[in-house]
Amino acid sequence: MTVTLSHPPAQRDPLTNRASAASPFPTLAKVPSGVAGLDEVTGGGLPQGRSTLVCGPAGCGKTLLGMEFLVRGITEFGDPGVFMAFEETTADLCANVASLGFDLPQLQADGMLVLDHVNMQAPVLDETGEWDLEALFIRLGSAIDQVGAKRVVLDTIENLFGSFSDTATVRSELRRLFAWLKDRGVTSVITGERGDGTLTRHGIEEYVSDCVIVLDHRVSEQTSTRRLRVLKYRGSLHGTNEYPFFIGARGVSVLPITSLGLHHSVSDERISTGIPRLDGMLGGSGVFRGSSVLVSGTTGTGKSTMAAQVCDAACARGERALYVAFEESAPQIIRNMASVGMNLARWIEAGLLEFHCVRPSLLGLEAHLFAIQELVTDFQPTLVVMDPISDLMGAGRDAEVAAMLTRQIDYLKARSITAFFVGLNSGADIDGSDQAIASLIDTWLLVKPIEGNGERNRALYILKSRGMPHSNQVREFLITDHGIQLADVYVGPQHVLTGSARAAQEADERLKATDRLHDLEQRKLNLERRRKSVEAQAAIMWREFEAEADVVDRLLRQGSTAGVERAEQRVEQGRLRSADSVESNSRGANLPVSSE
Amino acid sequence: MMSDEQGILAHTGTEVWHLRLYVAGASPKSLKAFANLRRLCEAHLAGRYEIEIIDLVKRPMLAQSDDIVAIPTLVRALPAPMRKIIGDLSNTDRVLLSLQAEGPAT
Repeated sequence: MTVTLSHPPAQRDPLTNRASAASPFPTLAKVPSGVAGLDEVTGGGLPQGRSTLVCGPAGCGKTLLGMEFLVRGITEFGDPGVFMAFEETTADLCANVASLGFDLPQLQADGMLVLDHVNMQAPVLDETGEWDLEALFIRLGSAIDQVGAKRVVLDTIENLFGSFSDTATVRSELRRLFAWLKDRGVTSVITGERGDGTLTRHGIEEYVSDCVIVLDHRVSEQTSTRRLRVLKYRGSLHGTNEYPFFIGARGVSVLPITSLGLHHSVSDERISTGIPRLDGMLGGSGVFRGSSVLVSGTTGTGKSTMAAQVCDAACARGERALYVAFEESAPQIIRNMASVGMNLARWIEAGLLEFHCVRPSLLGLEAHLFAIQELVTDFQPTLVVMDPISDLMGAGRDAEVAAMLTRQIDYLKARSITAFFVGLNSGADIDGSDQAIASLIDTWLLVKPIEGNGERNRALYILKSRGMPHSNQVREFLITDHGIQLADVYVGPQHVLTGSARAAQEADERLKATDRLHDLEQRKLNLERRRKSVEAQAAIMWREFEAEADVVDRLLRQGSTAGVERAEQRVEQGRLRSADSVESNSRGANLPVSSE
Repeated sequence: MMSDEQGILAHTGTEVWHLRLYVAGASPKSLKAFANLRRLCEAHLAGRYEIEIIDLVKRPMLAQSDDIVAIPTLVRALPAPMRKIIGDLSNTDRVLLSLQAEGPAT
């Protein structure tokens, strides 16, 4: 067994989530198939130098998978290839894959590809004795040598059983063929039609057993989904789930149902939502580039307008935005947004905005996902809007929708593309559909109608916003002639007021304020008036006081001379009555004076 | 059934048969097929047959252009229509039947 380290691009084994270089054991050499997603599921590609059986019912995409393996091998890895067709003619093959952009005649002309149609349509060949398939070996060997092929596809070799009656010889020759392919060191893909209870109609899985990939095509709820499963892979880990796959405009794409790793880098850059006050609520500078934003709310709450405004802002910065609409057509959105002062048509003309309008029921979930991813690959937007994601519920079950959105978010995050989802809730409460993806969302805004006073107004708040401080405030969400604006709500003693009630309350407050002002001025005036009257009164009292003081002064002066005269008179009277107590008289004579 | 072997291919008249035998080197099956073919032609088409031996080991490109899968393969190029028979031609009855079946009725 040839063992080397795994293919260099697979720096990290997505299945074990470990760096493969760190693995102490060498892993099986693998050839990247180039089929989108298949290499993730198989942990690097198909086994190098071995055969892989791809089987499934008619129309499941076996031939295309084989053809893409070859074409990608040539165009992406420079591996020449040989396609040996036992069913379709080379002309049919070329025509069938031309729509996928595979130019087989050109690849043949470039000496990178050999197409060989083995005609098995002829009636059963007459067998007149012993024979073998040496001619097929020579034919294949010559084709391999012609271009130096490293990849070989045999589609569908089981048809050989239809052309020979001696099936025992066919079996032994097939066994020899697969051993021979291994000896040649080519990596081969063998396709087989699914049999009744067996992987292939003639049981060739018995001979090709290094890697078996089963394709399926199921219809559930009128929507068909193709699925791929790696049934076995000798010597390698592989994803064991059924993975949806899709045949899109660029060939087969397999999507791992769960994201295999969370390794995408993050950006510190913040981008504006186009609503200044919302940016303010989100820590002052909007959301992170490459984050996932969900705005949810009931119908008619202005979510789509908000989404359009976010696109408008992105385009105004010169970035490209992709608007995926599941409900409205592009002209309708443009017309509606013009009514709120947003001119989206100019961005479309400038090549900055692209609409992808499709009914959710048109395609299965995978098909939607692929369509969007192909658009993203083509258009290279920095912002993708999906409006509304809840419509996808019609196209799949909740778990499937959540899985699809997980993949979508992973896909966009890995490319630093900001995702803006619109979620339509049926009830006033947060819907289960939103809840299912709540953990995937970085910034979740909720627009809620507030009813009262005979009107319905909108309030917005931030449910969560990872990695940034964000406002806990409820803001009134106004759709104006200039787009969305946020206003402070009136938080009264009893409740929150919005709309005209808020306006009335504001007017009322203004009136009250004016009244208070008038009152104050009046009081000031009154005070002034009173001050003047007090001053006047004070002046009068002062004058009265002064007058009284004059009187008292005069009386005082008069009183002091009279006392002296009276004392002298008493001394004279005493002397006249030959008084004997001069001392008591004199003391008593002094008293009136001091008392006066 | 094959009571009159001489007459089996006789009704095809006088036209010359072009036969091509595809072989892969000098393998036992190839040698056996060539021997069987020579014997048959001498017996039934004496003087009006041509056998072309194509060794695919030497001319591998002819396997694709002539759409050959099994070895040995005998191709009746003429008279039209073309017929293909595989195997070492050891079952003589079957070879004769295959070669004259759908042959031109003269």
